[in-house]
Amino acid sequence: MSNTIEELEKQFQEKIDNEIKIEPKDWMPDDYRKNLIRQMSQHAHSEVIGMQPEGNWITRAPSLRAKKILLAKIQDEAGHGLYLYSAAETLGVSRDQFIQWLHEGKAKYSSIFNYPTLNWADMGAIGWLVDGAAIVNQVSLQKTSYGPYARAMVRICKEESFHQRQGFEIMAKMMAGTKEQQQMAQDALNRFWWPSLMMFGPHDSDSSRSSLALKWKIKRETNDTLRKRFIDKTIPQAEFIGLKVPDPDAVLQPDGSYKTGPIDWDEFWNVVKGNGPCNKQRLDHHKRAHDNGKWVREACIAFSEKQDKRKVIAN
Amino acid sequence: MKNSLFKYCLRLGDNSLILGHRLAEYCSNGPYLEEDISITNTSLDLIGQAEAILKYAAKVEGEGRTEDDLAYKRPEIEFYNVQLTEQPNGNFARITARQFFMDAFNFYLYSALKESTDNTISAIAAKSLKEVTYHLRRSSEWVIRLGDGTNESKIKMQEAINDFWRYTSEMFEMDEVDEELIAKGIAVDLKPIQDLWNKKVDEILAMATLIRPEDAYMATGSRKGYHTEYLGYILAEMQYLPRAYPTAKW
Ligand SMILES: [Fe+2]
Ligand SMILES: [Fe+2]
Repeated sequence: MSNTIEELEKQFQEKIDNEIKIEPKDWMPDDYRKNLIRQMSQHAHSEVIGMQPEGNWITRAPSLRAKKILLAKIQDEAGHGLYLYSAAETLGVSRDQFIQWLHEGKAKYSSIFNYPTLNWADMGAIGWLVDGAAIVNQVSLQKTSYGPYARAMVRICKEESFHQRQGFEIMAKMMAGTKEQQQMAQDALNRFWWPSLMMFGPHDSDSSRSSLALKWKIKRETNDTLRKRFIDKTIPQAEFIGLKVPDPDAVLQPDGSYKTGPIDWDEFWNVVKGNGPCNKQRLDHHKRAHDNGKWVREACIAFSEKQDKRKVIAN
Repeated sequence: MKNSLFKYCLRLGDNSLILGHRLAEYCSNGPYLEEDISITNTSLDLIGQAEAILKYAAKVEGEGRTEDDLAYKRPEIEFYNVQLTEQPNGNFARITARQFFMDAFNFYLYSALKESTDNTISAIAAKSLKEVTYHLRRSSEWVIRLGDGTNESKIKMQEAINDFWRYTSEMFEMDEVDEELIAKGIAVDLKPIQDLWNKKVDEILAMATLIRPEDAYMATGSRKGYHTEYLGYILAEMQYLPRAYPTAKW
């Protein structure tokens, strides 16, 4: 018995509505697949490109412990990239293809990584704010409708909350330190605060893709809901260690949440379009590493082919 | 004896610290993601080893310094890592050659130091040996894969082996520090380790269809704190924050 597209779509939406995960072999609408390919590859690329701004301070980490923590953190991010590429590959696109799309500018990554890391406190700010914002988003995505993506998120979230605590620890240590350290910490917050809020994407009223993604439960909550959750959690943390968010309009409301000032969306779109401080640098770095590795990858293939031939001859 | 043991620990610790630092520089530059992660892993192991040994060095010295003081506040001339460890990364074949030479050395060294009469050294050696055994397997496999891969990879691998060859005899140099500690069973004689190293290198190069270079000029100096120009830049970067803000705690 063959199903019409309408019937398949109806069954698909029923599964979604009943919180049944969609698995790679299940039928899914083309646009659902496309939407996931875009979101998951963007997520994977973000993990990998995100290695660079933090990698910028590895050689200057100020203690052996700090160096180990930073290295291990960046390694975790690389691991997240791996899980996500694998999960995204279940949609029928190869990792090579994802990377090619990234290099061609057809796939994006989170704009937050197009900002430079200028002092050591940025390692704290990134862990605390960037991983912090990522967690709010990813905790929500643990319930996303596509099975492989949801499972990748469960694994990743555990590590992200660890990163966030480590980042906060760096900030707290610096705020308890010398005047110069306190200045570095405040400067880092000043530069990363607004870009962190932009990580959640445009306001719900301006977010064209949101409604379909919500209907399909790829996204579980809206950009503004998630952003607000992050703000309400983070401002008290800043105040607790003596930092001030760079928003003169931020005020505590009677219900315990915060009202904040307007986000500069011109800056956001400008960076998305490729005009951020580090867009070109980040992409060039990734291309260069990939190109420099080409002969190594080719050697691996040639070697394993030779090994296979030898096995055949030996048998 | 205290001075000799202190210096001996610095040699071990500095080798791990500087090589670990070089590998850390490579993070996000790997030929593919899995390999990037593996190299960072090796780097983390090495920095962990450095931390343990430098901590012990600081204790032996007894001047109230910490492992971080030793890593971040010592001048170049007081670093005793072999010059091979400070050589720049360059291409992946160079990273592989440098790593293979050091891994083979560390493997036999730690296998022997496991029996050291100094409990701390033998404990660190035993722990490090587990890690180094894995490092050596990995770097050996890479030498073979690249040597017996494509024409291009073979040329690059052979070049790297040739270029770094001159830095491979320094690790076996012995002086009065070794003599004193060998007599006490704390340190180990490097001559038999050199023989084992040579055998290992010959074996792997043969499997990789690569040629063992002739010994020509062999670099020396690190036992006295003399280095190639590269170490100064490594330290300038690595020590920048603790030296710029000497009272700050991180
Ligand atoms: Fe991550
Ligand atoms: Fe993270």
